[in-house]
Amino acid sequence: MQHVIIGAGPAGVTAAEALRRLSPDCEITIIGDEPEPPYSRMALPYHLVNQVGESGTYLRKKENYFDDQRIDILQDRVSSIDTAAKIVTLESGSEKAYDRLLIATGSTAVKPPVEGIGLPGVHNCWTLADARSILDRAKPGAKVLLMGAGFIGCIILEALASRKVDLTVVEMEDRMVPRMMNQRSGGLIKSWCENKGVRVLTSTRVTAIQQESDGRLSVRLGMNNTIEADLVICATGVKPNTSFLNGSNIEIDNGIVVDRHLRTTAKDVFAAGDVAKGRDFSTGSYTVQAIQPTAVDHGRVAANNMASELEVVHQGSLNMNVLDTMGLVSGSFGHWEGVDGGDSTELFDGERYRYINLQFRGDVLVGANTLGLTQHVGVLRGLIQTGLHLGDKGKKILMNNPLKLMEVYLSATQGTTLNL
Amino acid sequence: MQKSLLIDAGKCTGCLQCEMACSYENENVFNPSKSRIKVFTFHDEGRFVPYTCTQCDEAWCLQACPVDAIVVNSKTGSKDVLEDVCVGCKVCTISCPFGTINYNQDSGKVIKCDLCGGDPACASACPTEAITYVDADATGLARMREWAGKTDNTATA
Ligand SMILES: Cc1cc2nc3c(=O)[nH]c(=O)nc-3n(C[C@H](O)[C@H](O)[C@H](O)COP(=O)(O)OP(=O)(O)OC[C@H]3O[C@@H](n4cnc5c(N)ncnc54)[C@H](O)[C@@H]3O)c2cc1C
Ligand code: SF4
Ligand code: SF4
Repeated sequence: MQHVIIGAGPAGVTAAEALRRLSPDCEITIIGDEPEPPYSRMALPYHLVNQVGESGTYLRKKENYFDDQRIDILQDRVSSIDTAAKIVTLESGSEKAYDRLLIATGSTAVKPPVEGIGLPGVHNCWTLADARSILDRAKPGAKVLLMGAGFIGCIILEALASRKVDLTVVEMEDRMVPRMMNQRSGGLIKSWCENKGVRVLTSTRVTAIQQESDGRLSVRLGMNNTIEADLVICATGVKPNTSFLNGSNIEIDNGIVVDRHLRTTAKDVFAAGDVAKGRDFSTGSYTVQAIQPTAVDHGRVAANNMASELEVVHQGSLNMNVLDTMGLVSGSFGHWEGVDGGDSTELFDGERYRYINLQFRGDVLVGANTLGLTQHVGVLRGLIQTGLHLGDKGKKILMNNPLKLMEVYLSATQGTTLNL
Repeated sequence: MQKSLLIDAGKCTGCLQCEMACSYENENVFNPSKSRIKVFTFHDEGRFVPYTCTQCDEAWCLQACPVDAIVVNSKTGSKDVLEDVCVGCKVCTISCPFGTINYNQDSGKVIKCDLCGGDPACASACPTEAITYVDADATGLARMREWAGKTDNTATA
């Protein structure tokens, strides 16, 4: 059996490893277009602060690891797929036949349609190549403008701030991480960053970028405000890498459409990770989550179904994020915005930058936002994903004091009676 | 035969010797807040529940790590964090459904139980045998692990 995987990110590599475990005799080829060994985008911010070298971002660390696993890695770019003949065509001109194919091509950071967005000095922060360009320009004291304070923007923010650049963050929406944290916690993150010397401009748009005669960039904000920058970084969104599928019979709707076996609409073709529109655990609907744990989930489930006859059903991945903005750790899980007819509780300590918000449907936890909490936060995932009934008593305790989470959890799972 | 920690909460008196021993063994300080095992207190009942990583088979933390910083210890079966490889991204801390791998703001890395390489200090320190280190299949961890199974987001059709 010849398995071909397109994309050497976490989804592709996890799938290859699972395939090797499941079928020791199959052939596995990963085709990836980036020149480096498989690496993790998630680790880029730590490379930007020189905490790790480029090799510190590599997904697997053992020497000859992929050879030892008998996983072939081919550096090339897939230009098209013939799903009838079961062949992929590579940019180098050669072809590769497959029995089962996994598309794990991830997504690419986009640049918004703003005048001057193509100028030198305007970069995304998505690949190791991007990281090199940023390292080159983001010298101490350099003026850096970061467009977008979403999840990825905020992760980069942390890295940039510790490079001691003069940083301004511009976000279109009215708060930071608008799709991960609610108004109250988003507001706290903003004031935390401002206290640390970062200018944060929310409800603000970059309208044009120009290059001055000295090479510096001048960035227009809204109608009449202009600021100078040595470097502009775009973290304004991503889009799934599907253009090479145009003309194939693989259905695309934002991401690649998959069923609960991670099958695409073409026979023997699967999709996983940032490129796949997979099932969301909380809503049951299909969406591109674009997070690392989901890429790993997808890779594992897809591999199981590629190796055997569709035995594993994807229950949906929980949308969850953890973020560190200059030392302030925040977390977001599932239905953090709440559900119709549900209840919520929160504890807000603005002075100490601590916050927790829990969302329930009946006596089941369905979502949470946390700020300033680092201990036992995984239990939030556990509770949400197991749908554990906390009972009236357990829920009541949490409604009164959401910080009693561990006690309520232990009572529910370990049979300790509740009398707090 | 691999061994694992067996926790019998009913025997725990809340003396916190395990937390002391753990923090001293791993962080060189007697400081319960730096311990990888944590005793939860149910005041009104006078009950105490020591709690730490069960070295679960699914190893959610290990699977989630983007840089291969968590490895299986071939001797003990524990899932160990390689400090020099960990970048401190914390994805493992939200992935472990038991909340037993946690971020340490001082070091910028995560910490979790590694069974002290095969001689867990908490078990040695516990005066009441609430924590023992015994053959794996004799342990009462089955219930917790069964619960762990339910967090798997795959199912066999
Ligand atoms: C700076 C940054 C920080 C992040 N931080 C976090 C975080 O803290 N938590 C989190 O959960 N997620 C984070 N993410 C997101 C996470 O990295 C992605 O969700 C994850 O990389 C998705 O994995 P993947 O395997 O689906 O895709 P990718 O990692 O994007 O890998 C896909 C690979 O396929 C290649 N490819 C594309 N098209 C082709 C083709 N036609 N032929 C051959 N190869 C092709 C791509 O070049 C790429 O190498 C972060 C991302 C970035 C950029
Ligand atoms: S830290 Fe959590 S996920 Fe990792 S081995 Fe322990 S119980 Fe399992
Ligand atoms: S915090 Fe460290 S061990 Fe945990 S996932 Fe990130 S790099 Fe891996």
